[in-house]
Amino acid sequence: MLIDFFLHLKSRRLPVSTREFLTLLEGLREGVCSPSVDEFYYYARTCLVKDEAHYDRFDQAFGEYFGHVTEIPGLEAELPEEWLRALARRLLSPEERAKLEKLGWDKLMEELRKRLAEQKGRHQGGSKWIGTGGSSPFGNSGYHPEGVRIGGESAGNRTAVKVWEKREYRNLDDSVELGTRNIKIALRKLRRFAREGAAEELDLDGTIAATARNAGWLDLLMRPERHNAVKVLLFVDVGGSMEDHVRICEELFSACRAEFKHLEHFYFHNCVYESVWRDSRRRHGERIPVSDLLHKYGPDYKLILLGDATMSPYEILHPHGSIEHMNSEPGAAWLRRLLDAWPSAAWLNPEPEHLWSWRQSIGIIHKIVGGRMYPTTLAGIEHAIRDLSRKH
Amino acid sequence: MRFEGSQAYVATPDLLLAVNAAVRLQRPLLIKGEPGTGKTLLAEEVAGALGLELFQWHIKSTTKAQQGLYEYDAVSRLRDSQLGDGRVKDIANYIVKGVLWQAFESEKPAVVLIDEIDKADIEFPNDLLRELDRMEFHVYETRETVRARHRPLIFITSNNEKELPDAFLRRCFFHYIRFPDRETMQRIVDVHFPGLKKALLKEALEVFFELREVPGLKKKPSTSELLDWLKLLVAEDIPPEALRSKDGKVIVPPLAGAMLKNEQDLHLFERLVHMARQNR
Repeated sequence: MLIDFFLHLKSRRLPVSTREFLTLLEGLREGVCSPSVDEFYYYARTCLVKDEAHYDRFDQAFGEYFGHVTEIPGLEAELPEEWLRALARRLLSPEERAKLEKLGWDKLMEELRKRLAEQKGRHQGGSKWIGTGGSSPFGNSGYHPEGVRIGGESAGNRTAVKVWEKREYRNLDDSVELGTRNIKIALRKLRRFAREGAAEELDLDGTIAATARNAGWLDLLMRPERHNAVKVLLFVDVGGSMEDHVRICEELFSACRAEFKHLEHFYFHNCVYESVWRDSRRRHGERIPVSDLLHKYGPDYKLILLGDATMSPYEILHPHGSIEHMNSEPGAAWLRRLLDAWPSAAWLNPEPEHLWSWRQSIGIIHKIVGGRMYPTTLAGIEHAIRDLSRKH
Repeated sequence: MRFEGSQAYVATPDLLLAVNAAVRLQRPLLIKGEPGTGKTLLAEEVAGALGLELFQWHIKSTTKAQQGLYEYDAVSRLRDSQLGDGRVKDIANYIVKGVLWQAFESEKPAVVLIDEIDKADIEFPNDLLRELDRMEFHVYETRETVRARHRPLIFITSNNEKELPDAFLRRCFFHYIRFPDRETMQRIVDVHFPGLKKALLKEALEVFFELREVPGLKKKPSTSELLDWLKLLVAEDIPPEALRSKDGKVIVPPLAGAMLKNEQDLHLFERLVHMARQNR
């Protein structure tokens, strides 16, 4: 019972577990939802999906399973009763209803099974077979009082498109591009609380232990408060091909600023060379030697590079390859230095992941950063953050 | 026991179903959604509608799971011992009951609200797994086991600041409160301002949904902001015409500060309005 549905969800990469499936069945037995497909949809979603980011995937899978039922010939035996019951919809006014033959529920189901078996190939119009249009009680866009709608758009008598077909949760899906809210949430996973600074908080457990050791004489212990102790260095590629990604960089940047107390940011163009800058308006005047940075910030900083890594391979691999100035050492050498100084590092690339393999320079940088290149989708950032928060 | 919405709370069918499933199957219900969509209010309304007592547990970043069960007030005991108070001999005098203990002890079924669970430490939900599953816990200091007389109905809200562990999620029902569409919003407003003039409401909703469409806002106004704004409009007795200027030009709606609480947002909005006016 409904096992196929469950397996279908699983195959659509929804993280559903057996326990949740059993709860679903328990609820059906208890009569939590009435036998209408809408309520079943809501109940199944409440029960099986635990993250709004998966709502859209669930909607699609639900719709697919729905459509699936009509497409496989000879499936009549497997049609679960709940489904058929749930599919039943009464669309027309009482007069119209009276005009058409009423089959009654059991008869309707029986007919449906029979016709599913009889039907060969696609059918449209007419009044007997399942297909689109026509006045047979089966199939969609039909005008039969006890019609059963299976997938597709309905004739529009009432709420034509089902909830899951609207796909209202599409923008909550974590494999699509982000908004500021999403980024902040992703970055929050990098929080690591630590006690640093002045001792201002009463350490109760410590006090009790110390007092006990002191044979009952009070011995107050203080300790520093907890703060987010993560330190981040952010290197952002600006100009040139990055112009296309300005919005996402801004969002990511502002989310980082809001989230991390210790955040240092620097700009570079295409690849990091011997100097970077902090203020784009004064990029030619006030440049900061990278070697200073290497000495200034300790290995406890996390390194995030944000760039599309799209350039000529010469700009990475050859001395004097930079398009802006004469660099005595290749960009690759500088990149390796950064990675050595801050082993906990990630490269975020706003280019869509499927394009990476078509750009030679992306491949080179991907190799230099040891495969730690992630797309700037929510899932990509989460992956990067998980990697960064691991101990190195 | 069925929850059908209440006088002051408009619930969509999917939310009703989630609540009733949680009531029926006695599973905790995890609620997420944009701020201001009534997550916390839900528990209060359900408790009110079903006539159950409500126990609220507001979570902070420093909250520990243990605090919901009980706390051993060692400092008081230490102080009393130094003063030679007789109560010191019984450790039970220094056990302070937490929210869950109180709910477990309640004579009739209760509702427990665990508000903003994501504010707590990442291990917090895991520490409550067994307690929420079995509805019992052990008090180490007094060697007793506390069991719930009636399994309380548990509501948990989250703002998504931290991911909750899978083991915890599997034990919960989940519902995401979507931002209400125009129809639902109309019903919500009707519930809160029954006598509101149709014309004013229509204009106000128009302005509100347009405002939500403004690109680049840091914080979009939500239901609670709309209700606040309407309250102000009614209090100031502002006519519906004032929300839209007569010559068809775009204006900054009166008291917009109630909906845009961020200075930058307000600034951005005013600039956009200014630009729109110049284009006409």
